[in-house]
Amino acid sequence: MSKPKIGFYWCASCGGCEEAVVDLAEGVLKVVEAVDIVLWPCAMDFKRSDLEAMADGEMAACFVNGAIRSSEQLEMAELCRRKSQALVAFGACSHLGGIPGLANACTLEGVMQSVYGDGEFSTVNPTDTRPQPMTQVPEGRLTLPTLDESVKALDQVVPVDYYLPGCPPPVKLIVDAVMALLEGRLPPAGSVLAPDVALCKDCPRLDTKPEDPFLHEFKRPHEILIDPEKCLLAQGLLCMGPATRSGCDHACIQGNMPCTGCLGPVSHVRDYGGAALSAVASLVDSNDEAQIAACMAQIPDPAGTFYRYSLPSSLLFKRRNVQGNGGV
Amino acid sequence: MARQITIDPITRLEGHGKIEIFLNDQGNVHRAYFQVPELRGFERFAQGRPAEDMPQITSRICGVCPTAHHMASAKALDDLYKVEPPPAARAIRQLVYNTFMFEDHALHFYFLGGPDFVVGPDAPKAQRNVLGVIGKVGLEIGKRVIEMRRAARQLITLAGGKVIHPVLGLPGGVAKALRPEDQTLCIEVADQAVEFALFSLQIFRDVVLKNRQYVDLITSDAYTHRTYYMGLVDENNDVNFYDGMLRVVDPQGKQFVKFPVRDYLKHIAEHVEPWSYIKFCYLKDVGWKGFEEGPQSGVYAVAPLARLNAAAGMPTSRAQEAYEEFYSVLGGKPVHHTLATHWARLIEMLSAAEMMGDFARSPDLISPNIRTIPTATPQEGIGVVEAPRGTLIHHYQTDARGLITKANLIVATQNNAARIAMSVDRAAKGVIRNGRVDDGLLNQVEMAFRAYDPCHGCATHALQGQMPLVVRVYDAAGQLLREIRQDG
Repeated sequence: MSKPKIGFYWCASCGGCEEAVVDLAEGVLKVVEAVDIVLWPCAMDFKRSDLEAMADGEMAACFVNGAIRSSEQLEMAELCRRKSQALVAFGACSHLGGIPGLANACTLEGVMQSVYGDGEFSTVNPTDTRPQPMTQVPEGRLTLPTLDESVKALDQVVPVDYYLPGCPPPVKLIVDAVMALLEGRLPPAGSVLAPDVALCKDCPRLDTKPEDPFLHEFKRPHEILIDPEKCLLAQGLLCMGPATRSGCDHACIQGNMPCTGCLGPVSHVRDYGGAALSAVASLVDSNDEAQIAACMAQIPDPAGTFYRYSLPSSLLFKRRNVQGNGGV
Repeated sequence: MARQITIDPITRLEGHGKIEIFLNDQGNVHRAYFQVPELRGFERFAQGRPAEDMPQITSRICGVCPTAHHMASAKALDDLYKVEPPPAARAIRQLVYNTFMFEDHALHFYFLGGPDFVVGPDAPKAQRNVLGVIGKVGLEIGKRVIEMRRAARQLITLAGGKVIHPVLGLPGGVAKALRPEDQTLCIEVADQAVEFALFSLQIFRDVVLKNRQYVDLITSDAYTHRTYYMGLVDENNDVNFYDGMLRVVDPQGKQFVKFPVRDYLKHIAEHVEPWSYIKFCYLKDVGWKGFEEGPQSGVYAVAPLARLNAAAGMPTSRAQEAYEEFYSVLGGKPVHHTLATHWARLIEMLSAAEMMGDFARSPDLISPNIRTIPTATPQEGIGVVEAPRGTLIHHYQTDARGLITKANLIVATQNNAARIAMSVDRAAKGVIRNGRVDDGLLNQVEMAFRAYDPCHGCATHALQGQMPLVVRVYDAAGQLLREIRQDG
């Protein structure tokens, strides 16, 4: 029997998801034995025409990382969808929009001005030259892809079967997912391939988290010496543990820094940021709305904090809505 | 009849790129353009974010060199809050940073650039990858590479929580102290790293230097440019990846300028072209004269070869021996052969391994005093490190609460962008003759930029997106004759 074919593809991403695959180490060799990798541009040479030549559904699974911003990424996402039985959104950008999705809080023109404006720091551009879709040079024509106004998660452009969460996805979750796919132990379509439990629940510091609402003020990580044993929320730090899915072995907390929410929400939560905000607000030790609001107002950047990885997939999505919600 | 060739995507680099080659009526190269067809928005969407979040946000510019952005950012925060990290924090940061440089350089040699030499520049495409390297050098060595990478990355995880997007950096120090048992492990990994680096250098000598054809290729005119070079140096003018002054040497190897990073705007400027999203850095004191080499043009290079050229030597003993061998074999300083970057990278890998040993053994490493709490009102901070691919500068301005109002990032590949474009043009002219174009020749064009290990994840930080590499060949009438895409 021929081995199942699988593919990896990257859209708007940083390469960290690819590194996470390389971090499977000997596991990569095991995967290579069990499957035929038919698409992996970062490490091997494949052509788009090879992908186009495949029958629909020929790949057992295709793992796509990165968010979607350009027309080319959209086309490749559609192609990967068509050629695979299971399409897996791999990593936070593909799952929720990711950190580059914070670009939805600003305009494309704003980006262009920051990058290419004359006198912006080191930029010298007296003629106000901007990259163009088409440039006539003496030898011929040069083209550049154009960019969309907004960043999207994968399931905002094509149907997605499974999600591997995290920035990047933890190695253990990748191995479990690949094995489940190979052995046909498939969870219901739409599943996030990670434990459906909040990070707090299995946190090694759980014992030091007070039972009752306890927050009176928020601290920023650089303002205090962080106790390496005690619950970070109990130290006044904004830890996203109560609202974030477990599965990362508490990597950031092991690094003595708060969870920033890269694995996204547990199931049945439509809007991660809203859920995280309300989870944190419920820990404020007050029944007085004004007091709670005053406490929450100490958080310097609510949108960037609660929607760090999920702005494109959130109910807010783009800047106009962000403004309409008073910055949150 | 003239033609145009496109290479898109360029493979085995982190990110994407595109090469357009225009041929003249004789089928020789008129000009080759290297384009970066993508841009993200980090400078812009940093605005409004708390400065202390920047080490984690900017690491997402690049998942291959997250530690470089993380550390440049942490150093910019030190400067923003005018705090000096205590000795333990400095030791931990530098141990982590040298470990990162070591493993990233190893990744390049075995996975990305190495295949061209170890397997061969015109070997079949299907073999020019890490599996081909393992096939050539043996499975045992392959396992050793994988094991070394894992040990180095575990060390970074220990101190940084995560290896891809670590969390240790804070203004004035690091988040987590190391314990005595951690130190034992760090020393073990460092010693293993030194052995591994020496062994990798030996592979390079055996496979590349003993092969006359490869040496001729490295020293050939097709891969040579006489430009300025820049890199961080310590108080002895030796290479330093984490700290020091920026030193620039001219094409003769003479010091042109040496400055602290806070003065970078006086010395470095960026030029914009309409056909690429990347900006082209140049030396302000010389000026932008186009894609030209020589002392009259402000084009300069960064990254391993440039760092060795810009310094007086290496900070560690065995790397210093390798440094002397390098210049003696290649005919003295500076070396202008782009492909010698692969050798320079291995010398740096050895130096990073030796530095790991120094910091792993430092008694400061396990002191619990890892933070200086900031008290100053923040306003502006600038930080610099040598990323694997060259000088990396983070520059932030904030309001009094420490929220970013403006940010500027000069990433390694931007510093190199002009010289990369020139190298691709020169290599295309050198290898494509009389209309003869095949995959092996096009790979030799790609080798011109792969030597720089250009990180397009980093290069495209300004906007969100992707850029695979294509080579397209066009005739004089603008008709597409040939298209080679190696990714999408």
